[in-house]
Amino acid sequence: MSLDSLIDGTLRGLAGALARREVKAAEVAGAFLDRIAAANPSLNCFITVDRERCLAEAASADRWLDAQHARLVGHPAAPDGPDAVSGRLAGVPIAHKDIFCAEGWRTTAGSRMLENFVAPYDAQVITRFRDAGAVHLGRANMDEFAMGSSNENSYFGPVRNPWDQTRVPGGSSGGSAAAVAAGLAPAATGTDTGGSIRQPAAWCGVSGLKPTYGRVSRYGMIAFASSLDQAGAFARCADDLALLLDVMAGHDVRDATSVARQDPGFASLLGQPLRGLRVGVPRDWFGPGLASGIGDAVQVALAELQRQGCTLVDIDLPASAHAIPAYYVIAPAEASSNLSRFDGVRFGHRAADYRNLDELYERSRAEGFGPEVKRRILIGSYVLSHGYYDAYYLQAQKVRRLIAEDFTRAFAQCDLIAGPVTPTSAFTLGACNDDPVQMYLEDMYTIPVNLAGLPGMSVPAGFDQGLPVGLQLIGPWWQEARLLQVAHAYQQHTDWHQFRPVGVPGVAA
Amino acid sequence: MKHWEVVIGLETHAQLSTRSKIFSGASTAFGAEPNSQACAVDLGLPGVLPVPNHGAVERAIRFGLAVGGHIAPLSVFARKNYFYPDLPKGYQISQFESPVVQGGTLTIHTSAGEKTVRLTRAHLEEDAGKSLHEDFHGCSGIDLNRAGTPLLEIVTEPDLRSAEEAVAYARALHGLVRWIEICDGNMQEGSFRCDVNVSVRPVGQAEYGTRCEIKNLNSFRFIERAVDCEVKRQIELIEDGGTVRQETRLYDPERDETRPMRSKEDAQDYRYFPDPDLPPLRIDAAWVREVAAGLPELPSARRARYQQELGLGVYDAGLLTASREAGDYFEALRAAAPAVDAKVCANWVNGELAAALNRAELDFAASRVSAIQLAGLLRRLADGTVSGKIAKEIFELMWSEGGEADAIIDAKGLRQISDSGALEAILRDIVERSPAQVAEYRGGKEKVFGFFVGQAMKATQGKANPAQLNELLRTLLAG
Repeated sequence: MSLDSLIDGTLRGLAGALARREVKAAEVAGAFLDRIAAANPSLNCFITVDRERCLAEAASADRWLDAQHARLVGHPAAPDGPDAVSGRLAGVPIAHKDIFCAEGWRTTAGSRMLENFVAPYDAQVITRFRDAGAVHLGRANMDEFAMGSSNENSYFGPVRNPWDQTRVPGGSSGGSAAAVAAGLAPAATGTDTGGSIRQPAAWCGVSGLKPTYGRVSRYGMIAFASSLDQAGAFARCADDLALLLDVMAGHDVRDATSVARQDPGFASLLGQPLRGLRVGVPRDWFGPGLASGIGDAVQVALAELQRQGCTLVDIDLPASAHAIPAYYVIAPAEASSNLSRFDGVRFGHRAADYRNLDELYERSRAEGFGPEVKRRILIGSYVLSHGYYDAYYLQAQKVRRLIAEDFTRAFAQCDLIAGPVTPTSAFTLGACNDDPVQMYLEDMYTIPVNLAGLPGMSVPAGFDQGLPVGLQLIGPWWQEARLLQVAHAYQQHTDWHQFRPVGVPGVAA
Repeated sequence: MKHWEVVIGLETHAQLSTRSKIFSGASTAFGAEPNSQACAVDLGLPGVLPVPNHGAVERAIRFGLAVGGHIAPLSVFARKNYFYPDLPKGYQISQFESPVVQGGTLTIHTSAGEKTVRLTRAHLEEDAGKSLHEDFHGCSGIDLNRAGTPLLEIVTEPDLRSAEEAVAYARALHGLVRWIEICDGNMQEGSFRCDVNVSVRPVGQAEYGTRCEIKNLNSFRFIERAVDCEVKRQIELIEDGGTVRQETRLYDPERDETRPMRSKEDAQDYRYFPDPDLPPLRIDAAWVREVAAGLPELPSARRARYQQELGLGVYDAGLLTASREAGDYFEALRAAAPAVDAKVCANWVNGELAAALNRAELDFAASRVSAIQLAGLLRRLADGTVSGKIAKEIFELMWSEGGEADAIIDAKGLRQISDSGALEAILRDIVERSPAQVAEYRGGKEKVFGFFVGQAMKATQGKANPAQLNELLRTLLAG
């Protein structure tokens, strides 16, 4: 198998080839780094790439793999690859959203505020990948502090959608999604506060999973809205996502909101038939706001699930209609407080000129934050203010509870929910510049899932006028394995996830 | 002139005696090099998260039980948002709407008698760091060692009516938090500091006057003086036709005055909201029972026991339960000298011993005469081996030179003369040598009796058993 076809294949395939020593981690990393060098000037998927460091990590993975291989070769019970958690991604390069602190890596969160911030410690997600032997490929571009749905809010410039470089990749994890779509990384981490994994996954035609809130530790992940933020991943197929989640997930004593559970592995239901599963379809989500091309593609996907033995059930999620306003109270409220630590005192951007403490704060923050971040800090400060708290923050929390209750009711009738990820497909750069609310509306189908803390996926489900369309799968709490089962079964009978954009510099078509 | 009533409420920050911080694993030890005890969480680095310290919560439960407050089964950590360089996250994690301890009371004793002070609440929160404005070449330095130190903020209702009551409350609270071992009470190091809310109103007026808050008083004397001068300031202001502005003030001990720090108009909107990083704090009944089982006898209960069972007076019982160390000393003394009358024990602990400790500026725990040693002395006093006077001399020797009472008695020949034959011979001699005084006494001048006692003590170097001496002397003088 050629190196190109190997690194364009699945993560499991790549990890297996590395374990069997059919390819060196240094070769794999080198090949991705070469592609990044060629494509990043136009796509801008990465904020930071450190070729030397990446290759050093790969070389160290090669030494470990060589030792493992020597020990296992000829052994009758020698597995196909290392199956212990420590080493299951040995030598596999992973792109990390630039929101996960990684010791010694510049960690910017897409902001000028952290342009020169080198993290002194590892996020738990980074530690998990390190323990699994993965190689840190680079730092994926993102909307500033994960605020945005187009990746245009990055201080380091917008990411371009590899399917059409005049268009945005979605956001906030746009760099991660675009990198996987363009073949610049076999997989990438992301975070999803209101759709920041599922929406760019849909627009870039890759598979993306946002786990249940509490499934993956938030320790070391720069906070946007703490009660909504959840780390997840992008890959080329559901099977690979299961592998990634097995590495990322787990209780962490350093995150009081992470949950200790003994669930079977995320791959535990892969390959099981779908017969008898009840798929809830929120009919309200197929109204006039939904682009017809997307609606059609999603209907075809639902028909495929039906063909495999699923029953479609109409469900109602009435409170979801209020999800966006509730979200744009709660998320900015939390963000306004979370971002207070960026004050120019201990780390991050500090203004060059200031006459007193107030000016130090005002100028450092005025210079360090971009307009969308400032907008949300203002909204958040306002809704938490004395006299407004009850009308906004408390009210939004009530709506949030109603939304969660809707889902609980719905899951009494169905095993999972399926529908669109986004109302439209990727728009052209700058199209929403004058209308932030229009951009906010892109998240109307994803935000309710975050407000309820549920796991959600985006699975490639076709194209609308040449642009990828995603199918969203939503499960009850902790039912990621169910979502992955359904997505995997779908991908066994469709090939939408195997389409690749053409014309990415450095990547053979 | 009108008569004024003073209304005072206190907010006390007691630093909880956990080894690590309230939301991180960094040490809380005092006095380390600046910023050497601040980890990533304390520094508020991007991405870090707080995790509550079980020990801090347990100490809050201890306190709640000790004051008879309600331990909330579910309380909420909230963020108090404001910018300050020594507040790394730009918010302080505290409790706002649902504190861990709700209600409760603390009984105080003043010259006017006993009074029950109602507590509003006690809540957990983290301390901020410290800004150092000196010695930094024109810059300010920030030490974040203190950031994240666990505090219990204890808030009273406006129940106190004088500086004396405010101090009595602060002392009683200080004694209690040390008694139940949740706070070391070290006021110099800032482990126990009070904010005092003061207002005045004409006697008989139902509404409270406008209050001022005097921040960060870290000694009982300062509390008293700050209240006194603030009360004086407010009364003078009102009587001169002015009005009190609601504001935060600082007490300047050098000039013995309070100065405005910030007024209500500059008061910040802290934008409190539940901290999304911390799930609600759950305390189940089993945990409360477990903590209750580990509580020592509380000072109020012990005080009542001393009064009822040992017959001690209010004053003695109060002193013996003012601190855990005093209480422990007295209990140890009683255990080692069960035959000695409790009142005698109390007199000695609150008298000779307390005076000696005071002079040496020592705590009961550091006493040079241990409870066991003092018991040895009081046993000899009780069995008549030595008189009270001699016992005090022996105590002084024990204090200054160490040693056991019995050894000192033997070495110095201080054994009391209780042999009535020997004593009678000495007394007879004195009576015979003093005919004039005998005549005076027999003529009705009772006071002359003292002359004979003095002569007898002189002759016996104070070793005469005073009771026996009195009895024998009266018989002899009666003729």
